[in-house]
Amino acid sequence: MSSPTASRKVSAWHLLLAPLTLCFALPLVWLVLSSVMSNAEINRFPPALWPKGVDLGGYRYVLGNAMFPRWFANSLIVALAAVLSNLLLGALGGYAFARMRFAGSRALLGLMLATMVIPFQLTMIPTFLVMKELGLIDTLGALIVPSLVTPFAVFLFRQFFLALPREMEEAAWIDGCSRLRVLFSIVLPLARPALATVAVLTFLSTWNDLSWPLIAINHDTRYTLQLGLTTFQGQHHTRWSAVMAGNVITVLPVLVAFLLAQKTFVQSLTSSGLKG
Amino acid sequence: MSTLPRALTLAPGAAVSPAAARRAARRRARRETATAWGFISPAVVVILGLSIVPVIWSLLLSFRADDLVTPGRWVGLDNYRALVQDPNFRTAVGNTLLYSALYVPLSLLGGLVLALALNRRIRFIGLYRTLIFVPFVVSATAQGVLFSFILDPEFGAANSLLHKIGLSPQGFLTDPDQAIYLLVLISLWSGVGFCVVVYLAALQDVPPELVESARIDGAGRWRVLRHITLPTLTPVTVFLLLWQLITALQVFDLIYVTTKGGPLGSTGVVVYFVWQQAFQMFTAGYGAAAAYVLAAALLVAGGALHLARRRQARTEGAVR
Repeated sequence: MSSPTASRKVSAWHLLLAPLTLCFALPLVWLVLSSVMSNAEINRFPPALWPKGVDLGGYRYVLGNAMFPRWFANSLIVALAAVLSNLLLGALGGYAFARMRFAGSRALLGLMLATMVIPFQLTMIPTFLVMKELGLIDTLGALIVPSLVTPFAVFLFRQFFLALPREMEEAAWIDGCSRLRVLFSIVLPLARPALATVAVLTFLSTWNDLSWPLIAINHDTRYTLQLGLTTFQGQHHTRWSAVMAGNVITVLPVLVAFLLAQKTFVQSLTSSGLKG
Repeated sequence: MSTLPRALTLAPGAAVSPAAARRAARRRARRETATAWGFISPAVVVILGLSIVPVIWSLLLSFRADDLVTPGRWVGLDNYRALVQDPNFRTAVGNTLLYSALYVPLSLLGGLVLALALNRRIRFIGLYRTLIFVPFVVSATAQGVLFSFILDPEFGAANSLLHKIGLSPQGFLTDPDQAIYLLVLISLWSGVGFCVVVYLAALQDVPPELVESARIDGAGRWRVLRHITLPTLTPVTVFLLLWQLITALQVFDLIYVTTKGGPLGSTGVVVYFVWQQAFQMFTAGYGAAAAYVLAAALLVAGGALHLARRRQARTEGAVR
């Protein structure tokens, strides 16, 4: 194992990896390319594979004529509400399960964790009925309430808090701080990795969801981006550049979030995966 | 492990009687319980209220004829009996099984191979990993819309490419013989990244000194992989198997966006069937029964995997 041959041998892996990764990237490259194609380029047979110039007609159509800005705002409201509430309620619940002793806490935690394996289609019809009872169907509330807090968030915070040393909390508690103040001023500032993980995974799952908005929302002013995009595609299947422009707008926030926080992202997925 | 240093809580009145101390302790415990419930009740209400309650409700619904609007009536096992004879349901079960049988092993195998290839320190490795993982964060809706365009028989890039290399144009998602296989491919494009990330993380836990000593003893790459790396990855593989199976059996978004179960029912899956029955045909009881059949299948699959894992753990323990 002499080092010069080892460093030259490296290139063999590039021969395998470069084309492979290109296959993964190509559809997304094509997505961006086609979103800036002119209608003439896109609507001929065979269609162009590379745009001659940048034509923003698709974006102009999507932002001007369609309701994409509205849908974007709706998606953002739902995702941010879910993130904030998962952070708050997940941390509260997780802290109680990690640090407080009360009757039935183990059984309750077990029951909550067990609900994680309940498939969505088993709960979707009654959840629709519950939301109808609450008068929330066809409002953003119907999208927010079911994702207010997940068992995953509670469990992840609990695991994280259990791994923290107790001494500082006990000192603060003896000094007369309430549990709530201890949580907010001592524990949560130490829990940034857990907060980031819950925030990232909640944002991803609420932003990307289609099936529940499809059931709970009827009126197009309350569509989320995912629901709006698929409806828009159905109505404008001849305006492919506009559809692709809308698609770029739908994908961009998670893509940007992912590229900015890639490390947290990957770590949170593996932690959820390996401990789940 | 016990919560508080006792000496300090006694500080205000060190001379109190044991009975008073016990009363104080009980009061403290009660206060603790009240605080704890204050902390957990929002989560308990939301999580149990929107899971346990609907699960029971669904079961009751599955014994009823219900359109979600007018009051339903009890029909016993009629929904389940009708399901057994419903050709559409049978097709949906078949399609779901075909999709899962392809997607689950291929995504695990692809994930493992890619993770092994990506588990080295060479230039651009970070870029390679990022590009393979990126499709995972793209929503099923966006994937569906994108690939409906790429695979569009008239305006799509795929047929344009085939034209360039002199092959005849294909129907792709409009061809009943191709559609479900293409959906598996699209799902693999986005789903493999997850397996790669999980396998890559697990590969970091393979003890390097074990690999080293095996190498010194003359073991080749293949034998190290077979006898050291793969056994270390077994728990992760079991987890991924279960996870991908659950994902595959519940596939819906991608199918709703691309084929809506067509052409000719060739991509109709169970969840699509449930959704159609409940929210398009307004036969919610029938849909709930179909959902219960799928949930039972998931439970059996999960239970079988759990048992397999325990047996494996036992035999491994016995060997040691």
